[in-house]
Amino acid sequence: MTSCHHLPSRREALIGSGALFAWTQMPKLARAEGRDPRMLVIVLRGALDGLGAVAPVGDPDWIGLRGDRALALDGKPPALPLDSFFALNPAMPNLHRLYKARHATIVHATTTPYRERSHFDGQDVLESGLVRPGAVDTGWLNRALLALASDGRVDPRGGRAMAVGPVTPLVVRGRAPVMSWAPQQMLPASDDTQARLLDLYRHTDPRLAAALEGRLRLAALGRAGGMDASKGSPAQLPPPGIARVRAYFAEAAGTAARYLARPDGPRVGAMGFVGWDTHVNEGAASGQLAGLLGALDGALAAIETNMGESWRETVVAVITEFGRTARINGTDGTDHGTGTVALLAGGALRGGRVIADWPGLKRTDLYEDRDLKATIDLRAVLKGLLRDHLRVEESALASSVFPGSADVKPTAGLVG
Amino acid sequence: MGHSAKAEAALALHRFGMGPRLGSIAAIESDPRGALLAELDRPRASEVAAPSLPTSTQAFRTVADANAERQARRILATRAQKGTQRAEGPSMAEGTGQADTEMAARMAAEAVPDPGRQIFMNEAQIRINAALAAEIGFAERLVWFWSNHFCISADKIQSMSGAYERESIRPHVLGRFADMLQAVEGHPAMLLYLDNTASMGPNSVAGINRTRGLNENLAREILELHTLGVRTGYTQDDVTSFANVLTGWTLLPAGDNPEHGGEFIFNRRLHEPGPKKVVGKVYEDTGVEQGRAVLRDLASHPSTATHVATKLVRHFIADEPPPVLIERLARTFRDTAGDLKEVTKVLVSSPEAWALPRGKLKRPSEWVISMVRAAGTPADAARFTAGQASLGEPLWRPPSPKGYADDEATWIDGMGQRLDVANFFAERVASRIDPRFVMETVLGSTVSAETTQAVGRAESRQQALALLFMSAELQRR
Repeated sequence: MTSCHHLPSRREALIGSGALFAWTQMPKLARAEGRDPRMLVIVLRGALDGLGAVAPVGDPDWIGLRGDRALALDGKPPALPLDSFFALNPAMPNLHRLYKARHATIVHATTTPYRERSHFDGQDVLESGLVRPGAVDTGWLNRALLALASDGRVDPRGGRAMAVGPVTPLVVRGRAPVMSWAPQQMLPASDDTQARLLDLYRHTDPRLAAALEGRLRLAALGRAGGMDASKGSPAQLPPPGIARVRAYFAEAAGTAARYLARPDGPRVGAMGFVGWDTHVNEGAASGQLAGLLGALDGALAAIETNMGESWRETVVAVITEFGRTARINGTDGTDHGTGTVALLAGGALRGGRVIADWPGLKRTDLYEDRDLKATIDLRAVLKGLLRDHLRVEESALASSVFPGSADVKPTAGLVG
Repeated sequence: MGHSAKAEAALALHRFGMGPRLGSIAAIESDPRGALLAELDRPRASEVAAPSLPTSTQAFRTVADANAERQARRILATRAQKGTQRAEGPSMAEGTGQADTEMAARMAAEAVPDPGRQIFMNEAQIRINAALAAEIGFAERLVWFWSNHFCISADKIQSMSGAYERESIRPHVLGRFADMLQAVEGHPAMLLYLDNTASMGPNSVAGINRTRGLNENLAREILELHTLGVRTGYTQDDVTSFANVLTGWTLLPAGDNPEHGGEFIFNRRLHEPGPKKVVGKVYEDTGVEQGRAVLRDLASHPSTATHVATKLVRHFIADEPPPVLIERLARTFRDTAGDLKEVTKVLVSSPEAWALPRGKLKRPSEWVISMVRAAGTPADAARFTAGQASLGEPLWRPPSPKGYADDEATWIDGMGQRLDVANFFAERVASRIDPRFVMETVLGSTVSAETTQAVGRAESRQQALALLFMSAELQRR
């Protein structure tokens, strides 16, 4: 990458501090059984439009709902068929290939028990594993590791955890200690953040708006010319843009996989990707969302490649705080919603399936007449993975890992 | 902006302080002006305790000792390498031998660590901590202002840059301008920075013996930047003459003075003999006193009063400083013989200081510190100074003796870099900091409805914090 070799000192100094994903270094989670499972959790922050990622092309109300914004098998580009009912976003050929090889499973119309629409609170519920948002500083993945450690099934020489990137995701924070690693490049402020700030400045401070616009124009110039604007102007950082996002996702996820693949490496990790809050010009087929899903697809490919032999013992769970409105809003985007997808990938899965209890898309089928209804509790899926892949006791899952979830039965048969 | 008590408190913290931190708005909202004045009245308000840090001359000697040791090791390694090569005979290609020798010498030298950077970082940490710990931070802002007015550069004298500020700036920012001027211009760091250590009178003993002469740098910058101000009537003759006055102001070399190396001395051998005329007045040759007398007169010159008043008002209030406010401060400066505490009090007590909207763009260092204060996290010196440097304002390293500029045009194009820094910082602290808590409690809901909405609608805590840190309310004071 061109991650600004012209200004090494400033970047190195800024980067040296943080982490982007986190993992818990507990080699051989279930060595007594001769297995060595790995699990990586990727949190998509901002709420992924599940209908834009995996479209119910077989639902008679689908086209009526989204009109010419609906992904379709005869669309441009055409959606990738999964079964007779669902099709995958065309920006995700790697996930499609994995699905065909039975190394990927999609869960649809799912979400956490959270039913409000605040990102922060939604992410808290998603990662804490609690029923409601609130002051909490540990995540379900970390507590799952503690549950494993407490019954002696974890190599006692392990017991450290690790984080990569500037933030340790809440899902892996907790008493099982976390270490950190930072990718070589720092993700600059996203286009979305820049656009929001520009909008704020336009309403509050025209001079700051003009200054920021200048920077955006420079970045656009760099992209249109197929060059890195930073080369022409040493004072500027490389522009953000989907190419940089792709590179960043791939490097971060690929590095996580390299660590997970090592015989003495961590066995569980978590990382977060931002940018999914597509209120304006969502572009599911060929715009903004397609770009992000393509970057995610590249990250999954990088994980598969770098896991090597260990891919067959791996599960990657891609989850998000909630979904988006079923209909397109007034700015060609979608607003905060409820039901969405969870994407599972990895050689340990019994894949090639879409798991859904399809709620339908008619007006009366929608949650509060606006969102895809959630018919599968995401905790059931996560509990199923933790029980059957990492072998966490079901009693621990119902009490310490996902407190208050005794009546949410783990989904059976996801792995093996 | 409304004029509620909270808004007034926020104005005081942004305009005169280091920005709001948890509890500071509540602490001062009953009487923001009184709180500012009270901070100035605290004993030793502008000083920091740094018992473990070396004085500037100790730092100077430590670095000089390390450099001397490096040199010695380099020579020993070169000798040893050449001895080995002789023993191995002439078969070795000459070029290779040379390269080996140089590498061995360099490795031997680098085995002695450079203490200068560590001293610099320790000094930076103390300065950052002082800015983070202050309830308001008005005195610290004054330290930053005067340190920039009388700037030196760590590029030239890294080890002394922090101690210089502690020794010659901090004790005087609420004292007399004349005392600060004497402390600054006689400080070894300033004498090194503006090349006075090597300046010698053409008719001095050393000047005649070594056929070397005058360096005008220090004299010119004292007149142009530190006291009277540019184009205030002094001439090239005044500069030359003043430079002659200052010959002999130097420091003891470290090599010969293990206990006092680096300290100021007046070296008569370098001093140009005879009376000299500076800005209309003749000064008899009284040795070091000749220079001290010129500085005393410059400090009380009316042009100096106006120059200092203009810079203070531009820094604290507005890029286009209101003339009436400048004149009020200048008059106080003249009437009190340069009592900076009185001048500062007049600034705070003036209605203009509270009536003008918060339109002044914070300099990068001020913005970064207010961001960290709002977040309530500690700051590591290495990371903090790197962030500051990436925004074009590296600590104690201004591009020229003029110091960092104090206007919006200089800094506003750096918004893109600020966004990257804000985004990165937000990413790092998002796991511990609730943006709504910062907005509602730390900032006391003094941000606009638009900012409140943008923060509330952000897609993640990180984005919410980045937007809040970048908002006009945190950028402007």
